[in-house]
Amino acid sequence: MANSIVNSKTQWKAWLYLAPAIVLLLVFTVWPIINTVRMAFLENYSGLKAVGGMTFKFGIGNFLKVVQYQRFVNCLKNTIILCILTVPVSTILALLIAVCLNSIKFLGKALQTVFFLPYVTNSIAIGMVFAAMFNIVGSFYGTENEIVVTAGIVNNIIEFFGGEHINWINYGSTYAANIAVMAIYIIWNALPFKILILLGGLQSVNKQYYDAAKVDGTSRRRIFTRITVPLLSPMISYVVITGFIGGFKEYTSIVGIFGEKMGPANDAGRLNTMVGFIYDALAANNQGRASAAALILFGIILIVTLINLQVSKKRVHY
Amino acid sequence: MEVVLKDLTKIFPSRNKKSSEEVVAVNKVNITIPDGKLIGLLGPSGCGKSTTLYMISGLQKPSGGQIFFGEDDVTELSPEHRGVGLVFQNYALYPHLTVKQNILFPLQNLKGEDKLSKEEMLARAYEVAKLVQIDDLMNRKPSELSGGQQQRVAIARALVKMPRVLLLDEPLSNLDARLRLQTREEIRRIQKATKITTVFVTHDQEEALSISDYIVVMKLGVVQQIGKPQAVYDSPENLFVAKFLGTPPINVLNGRVQNETLYIGFDAVLKTPGVKDQDVYVGVRPEGFVLAEDGALTCKLNAVEVMGRDVSVVCTNEASVNPVIRAIINAENTIDEEKETVRFNLKANKTFIFNKETEERIFF
Repeated sequence: MANSIVNSKTQWKAWLYLAPAIVLLLVFTVWPIINTVRMAFLENYSGLKAVGGMTFKFGIGNFLKVVQYQRFVNCLKNTIILCILTVPVSTILALLIAVCLNSIKFLGKALQTVFFLPYVTNSIAIGMVFAAMFNIVGSFYGTENEIVVTAGIVNNIIEFFGGEHINWINYGSTYAANIAVMAIYIIWNALPFKILILLGGLQSVNKQYYDAAKVDGTSRRRIFTRITVPLLSPMISYVVITGFIGGFKEYTSIVGIFGEKMGPANDAGRLNTMVGFIYDALAANNQGRASAAALILFGIILIVTLINLQVSKKRVHY
Repeated sequence: MEVVLKDLTKIFPSRNKKSSEEVVAVNKVNITIPDGKLIGLLGPSGCGKSTTLYMISGLQKPSGGQIFFGEDDVTELSPEHRGVGLVFQNYALYPHLTVKQNILFPLQNLKGEDKLSKEEMLARAYEVAKLVQIDDLMNRKPSELSGGQQQRVAIARALVKMPRVLLLDEPLSNLDARLRLQTREEIRRIQKATKITTVFVTHDQEEALSISDYIVVMKLGVVQQIGKPQAVYDSPENLFVAKFLGTPPINVLNGRVQNETLYIGFDAVLKTPGVKDQDVYVGVRPEGFVLAEDGALTCKLNAVEVMGRDVSVVCTNEASVNPVIRAIINAENTIDEEKETVRFNLKANKTFIFNKETEERIFF
């Protein structure tokens, strides 16, 4: 074929050059995906062999089992609550911070670095610092027989303003308090990436739009809502979509604050998430259930992303 | 609205902190722009014309001097309180809004007493859209418009709030040659229809000469000459203005005045009554040459370029500052290309002499 880019005689060369990448992708990405689907539908499978006395068979048994687990429903609920709480708030906060950073001339660069620091810091380490901020480390997670200590910087601040100490994450803490801590931590952790993207977008906006708006006497509020936000809408949509995808994969942040128990000492697993459920199933040598849960998670993310794309088609300009 | 610029100065601080070198972008500019006229600010890039325009708009603060709109001193006013309409070089149309929304945008900003009802706003928008002939494009996005149409939308957006002064920054530079011709007529027509005092900036002399009531020629932040386009072309006040205006450009030669006669080389070319003996620059417009058998100025003939209506004679003379002299003569004149030399007489009204040091015009 004269007009093909690669001459048919030398096509094997092209394949040869691509081979390292293709082999790695096939082994570590494509095959695991196919195998996940296979295992999700393979019943009675546990660590390369059938569960004692039973035989393999294909079916939707794993899915049914997973959905019937109270733990799974709990994980799903936690994940969705955290997503809905954190993605909009962190996006709006990031947008406001980015706009402010963009308008600061003095020390602007230094502040940008400060806001980017969480991104390059280990989330487990940040989680431990947050845990220390919300409840003192003394009797770390607390046990039945210890007096629960409610201290930490946050409680000190609440006390300073005349409030009562709140048991945020220790033994006997409430679900609402736990979720609040998680939401604050996840939002804070998600900010830098979003700020970075939005700030980049802001800096590429032509200054003349703002000059034009100025000549026309546009109020700051209107400049923000009618010019800045629409011009940033492609970046905002990107940040929201990746935010939701990241949110549904939330796991390390919870380990960071609650440790591997994924909840306060009296209620382990209370704050477990979808990914946590998958890890647990794998740890229990139940690859079928893990695969089924992974596929369900994949399905949810796919649907949410499609909805996001559909919304942004209407909302994202040009 | 008459616009008066009084000693207007803009100094940009040096970017490098160590050197205290400031850039004087605009230096004591005094211009009076009569009400309802179209003024072209003309000059090479870096001459301060855009800075002057942005100071009139209020987007840049002057370092010194004053700006008056009629009786009002607007020097300290922010752009939105000046009542100016500004058309940017690249139009700065909001890409996410339709043409209609773009035009409505300035009206929706109005507050308090000036606030308009929805119907009034729409009526105004359609009125100005009709004026610039884009009323059938109102629901398009800017990206769906041609350059010329975008230009009109930008003008409509600037006009819709009925500004006291309309400012255009290089309005034609983003258009192709044919559209440029059309659009400049259009700008002229719109300006005549609205009678709004209009200032536009350009580096293209043809553009400025063709549509302005007055042109202001600037160089390095200093106004060189102000006047009607033809008057400035016919009677430049210094060598810079003479060189800047006119295509093909003016021919500059070294000359000498002796006994009230202008010499180029050893050729006595013109009588210059009342001019002292001195070395001068001689500027001769291409159309200032008259072919003559016994002409006063003798040049070596290089080439003859026939371009339909005109014939352009390219020749050389040792006194010429430029590599060649270009004379434009009527096509009815026949010229033998085989000849070694060509002789011209110079038209006195197309020949200017300038002081060698100051480059100021010497009138005779």
